[in-house]
Amino acid sequence: MVEKGGIIQLKNIDVTFHNEGKTIEAVKDVSINVNKGDIFGVIGYSGAGKSTLVRVINLLQKPTSGEVIVNDKSLTKLSVKDLRKERKNIGMIFQHFNLMRSLTVFGNVDFPLRDSKLSKQERKEKVNNLLNLVGLDDRANNYPSQLSGGQKQRVAIARALASDPEILISDEATSALDPKTTTEILTLLGRLNKELGITIVIITHEMDAIKQICNRVAVMEDGALIEEGNLLTIFGSPKKKLTKDFVNTSTQISSVLEEIKKSGIAGAISGRLVELNYIGNVTNEPLVVGLYKKFNVEANILFSNIERLQGTTVGIMLLALTGDDEKVSEAIKYLNELNVNVKEINIAESEED
Amino acid sequence: MTNFINTYLPNVVANWEGDNGFVVAIWQTLYMTFVSAVFAGIFGIILGILLVVTTDDGITPHKNFYNILDKLVNLFRSIPFVILLAVIGPFTKLVVGQTIGPKGALVPLIIGTAPFFARQVQLALVEVDHGVIEAAEAMGLSPLKIIFRVYLKEGLPELIRSGTFTIISLIGLTAMAGAVGGGGLGNMAIAVGYQRFENDVTIISMVFILILVFIIQGIGDLLVRKLEH
Repeated sequence: MVEKGGIIQLKNIDVTFHNEGKTIEAVKDVSINVNKGDIFGVIGYSGAGKSTLVRVINLLQKPTSGEVIVNDKSLTKLSVKDLRKERKNIGMIFQHFNLMRSLTVFGNVDFPLRDSKLSKQERKEKVNNLLNLVGLDDRANNYPSQLSGGQKQRVAIARALASDPEILISDEATSALDPKTTTEILTLLGRLNKELGITIVIITHEMDAIKQICNRVAVMEDGALIEEGNLLTIFGSPKKKLTKDFVNTSTQISSVLEEIKKSGIAGAISGRLVELNYIGNVTNEPLVVGLYKKFNVEANILFSNIERLQGTTVGIMLLALTGDDEKVSEAIKYLNELNVNVKEINIAESEED
Repeated sequence: MTNFINTYLPNVVANWEGDNGFVVAIWQTLYMTFVSAVFAGIFGIILGILLVVTTDDGITPHKNFYNILDKLVNLFRSIPFVILLAVIGPFTKLVVGQTIGPKGALVPLIIGTAPFFARQVQLALVEVDHGVIEAAEAMGLSPLKIIFRVYLKEGLPELIRSGTFTIISLIGLTAMAGAVGGGGLGNMAIAVGYQRFENDVTIISMVFILILVFIIQGIGDLLVRKLEH
């Protein structure tokens, strides 16, 4: 899975904590390769070890074993002083913003520049440019306590960018924000990725955040990396159960199925229940009409969700197919040929899950 | 007014000037308070910072060092001040050449206050948001820079609050030191007022000490209000 030459390469990372005689394996043998320009998402429930894993990238968390290579330098082998220098190349933003309360917005963004070789005037210009970039130029003299959560995170982003890093790590940066602000912050991150070419690693427990900007995804469970790939693959054909759960929560199909089960209309649905997943142009074909015309199979659409991910259409549909049994089977075969992923759902059976 | 003072505070008037008078006593109390506050402040801040950074989740953890320092601070804090005064007498004599008078009181006052303030500093700095410390570490700041630019900067209002608190309890200690030969308002209240049954002297000594306490509390509150955002 690991290709050569990514800007961030984690190799066989293990992180083990010893706490009061108990041994906790927070990260188990995880290898990740993030390419330059990626927006790499790491998703998992809390306690899955994703926070620990991203802290390994800038060695805020020292791995028990394994190697960390950033920009072709093995961080695990650097001296403390050299490591500090490399850290300036890795910006980081946090769930709770972590701004200095005693400094103004300007002071916070200027904070990492204090040791730079820039003159006072150059620093001032730089800070103002950064504030402009995140859309907070009119807030320079406010204190963090006077800002909203979204604004605080913008300040934190400006601060993280002050040392011109090539990498930005986002540790649950949108988890404390409301949905609208989350979208705004993610949009900003996406823009920074495009405009500055900055590589971004995002960790989150929200599939929607991943969906919005990531091009690659890794799924973590109990400290292990269980699935990794580009967004479309993960979203279109998730393999592991947890990955499916995340995708299902995001598309809401699981809640629809739940609803069907609970409401007792399961018995009223005639025919065979199928779930369709498809990526790309299939959507342009009039699927449902095609089924009727070709096989005389009627498709009752119980649920449908279509999204654009990275400019590609990804769809999910729940259909009840009625018609001649043989014909229905033929119809399913036909759908498979169209590269539609078809899964039959037995309501009664899935109840035992 | 003069009449009132002469009638009700005769001993205060009699003891106002001269080597053992109120004027001298006030200066002695101020001298003991501020000189020991400066030294105890410096030692306390250094010790407090060391405690914060060497603790388990500090920026430069050092278990053994922390444990020893922690125990020492506790030990010195546990010694009752009056006993400390007597016990470290020889050491005091070695440092300042005398064990009585305001100068002789300085050494025990500093040794008695520094560990107390160190603990206060530790508590104040532990309150600094750990996330901000982590952010500074992620920016590549050295531990020394984190101490000066983050801990001391973010913890400043809390430090001033505990500094105020410490100076006020230090004033209490100067009174105690005064009573056993240190001079100052404590000496005035006990040696003159209490032992000679000149109650007005005791009461006025107390009033002066209270005024001093209020002024210091007021300055502390003002600074904190200006610094907090």
